[in-house]
Amino acid sequence: MNVPDDLRYAKSHEWLRADGTVGITDHAQHELTDVVFVDPPAVGKVVKAGEVVCVVESVKAASDIYAPVSGKVVAANPGLTSNPAFVNTDPYGEGWMFKLEVAAPSEREALMDAAAYRTATGA
Amino acid sequence: MSDTADLKRTPLHAEHVRLGGKMIGFGGWDMPVQYTGIMDEHHAVRKALGVFDISHMGQFFAKGAGAAAWLNTMLTNNVSRLAVGQGQYTILLNERGGVIDDLIIYRIADTEWLLVVNAAKIDEDFAWMQPRVPAGVTLENRSDEFFGLALQGPRAAEWFSKFTGGKSAPARNGIVQLGVGGIPLFLGRTGYTGEDGFEVFGPAADAVRILSDVLATGAEFGIKPCGLGARDTLRMEMCYPLNGNDLSPDRTPIEAGLGFFVDLDKGDFTGRTVLAGQKAGGVKQRLAAFKMIGATPPPRSHYAVWKDGAQIGETCSGGLSPTLGCGIGLAYLPVGFAKPGTAIEIDIRGRRFPAQVEKKPLHRGGTAS
Repeated sequence: MNVPDDLRYAKSHEWLRADGTVGITDHAQHELTDVVFVDPPAVGKVVKAGEVVCVVESVKAASDIYAPVSGKVVAANPGLTSNPAFVNTDPYGEGWMFKLEVAAPSEREALMDAAAYRTATGA
Repeated sequence: MSDTADLKRTPLHAEHVRLGGKMIGFGGWDMPVQYTGIMDEHHAVRKALGVFDISHMGQFFAKGAGAAAWLNTMLTNNVSRLAVGQGQYTILLNERGGVIDDLIIYRIADTEWLLVVNAAKIDEDFAWMQPRVPAGVTLENRSDEFFGLALQGPRAAEWFSKFTGGKSAPARNGIVQLGVGGIPLFLGRTGYTGEDGFEVFGPAADAVRILSDVLATGAEFGIKPCGLGARDTLRMEMCYPLNGNDLSPDRTPIEAGLGFFVDLDKGDFTGRTVLAGQKAGGVKQRLAAFKMIGATPPPRSHYAVWKDGAQIGETCSGGLSPTLGCGIGLAYLPVGFAKPGTAIEIDIRGRRFPAQVEKKPLHRGGTAS
């Protein structure tokens, strides 16, 4: 299971990059199975940590994607409209979901680092 | 993750884990939802060959000179149409004509019948039937003694020949009993995918060995182990109902569009009065198949169905069709709106997306016939 060292991780399996970009982890995409649709988040929406930002549909089920930290949604990945499978094939790259303008950097520090996330998922 | 401690395991559980199966709870059983991926497995069945563990399904044996007459009072289809070695799809009803279970019944000897029932309904079916067994007939629930494998796909007939060393395969809906490597097996030619295929039942203790033989003999035909995820998308494309989703104790087979499997002329059976009334007087609602239009999230169970600004029903099955590349589903709709071509809308998380009622099945050209 791929867990990049430069990211922070939420218990609900989202990752957060220093620039505010959010996606779901390799572990999460594996659990979700084939992603077939991403319901895009509303750009401009202000969310608290733990709130639902968007919904990812796999063949099997719909799953909520949460904000790992509080902030404002400033971008959504347009590429997922035509290629939702990027979430499976490149979860930390082309499969990114949205970008947050992070409200409080301290919330970022409260997230797991790569080592902690590896332990949490048994990776 | 849900607690899996209370879930039952089939004799192939360790094999699923070894083959990389992702396990989930289904009808009280810990079963593989997929191995490599639902899409992948779905396409393997449509194009080549897939194998599913169906050991969780139940096997009842009815025996006795009066068994046929009794089974005809319990089930909607007419068992007296079956010669030895033939089978049919049939439905077990309550007194209101509602569905307890849908099943396949095979005539395996002159006065002996094999019933293959849904995993989640084994206890309920047996509790319903057993007290109604007349003198001179026996009914046994032998579900725990058997493993089950479903081989499905256009290359299934070639696989059968290889697996059995050239024995002749049964006709569609037929069943044969064969020894393979000294293991006694039932091989029925049926399935739940719309493709040609076989359901294999044998002693639970031999499950691992038979699966290994099946994978070895299937290799040249591109066999893939398949999970419940692909089983669901395959059956939805064919509009085959799933009991618990599309069938219920409050819906009759006439409403579900299964009138073909109901013989009103064979004599009395449980629920017949209600069904005869519906056949003569019509039904208010019918199980309709629909297709989403354009790029939409896939529909799921229990989504509201709308027409002209009003809710007209609720989906009972839904998902993405890997073959058609769009969302599909089934819903009970007022008969006036259940006609193919009717424009409807599906409410997905508070937004309504366009869909259209379609003729069943949604997928055509499968190799089952």
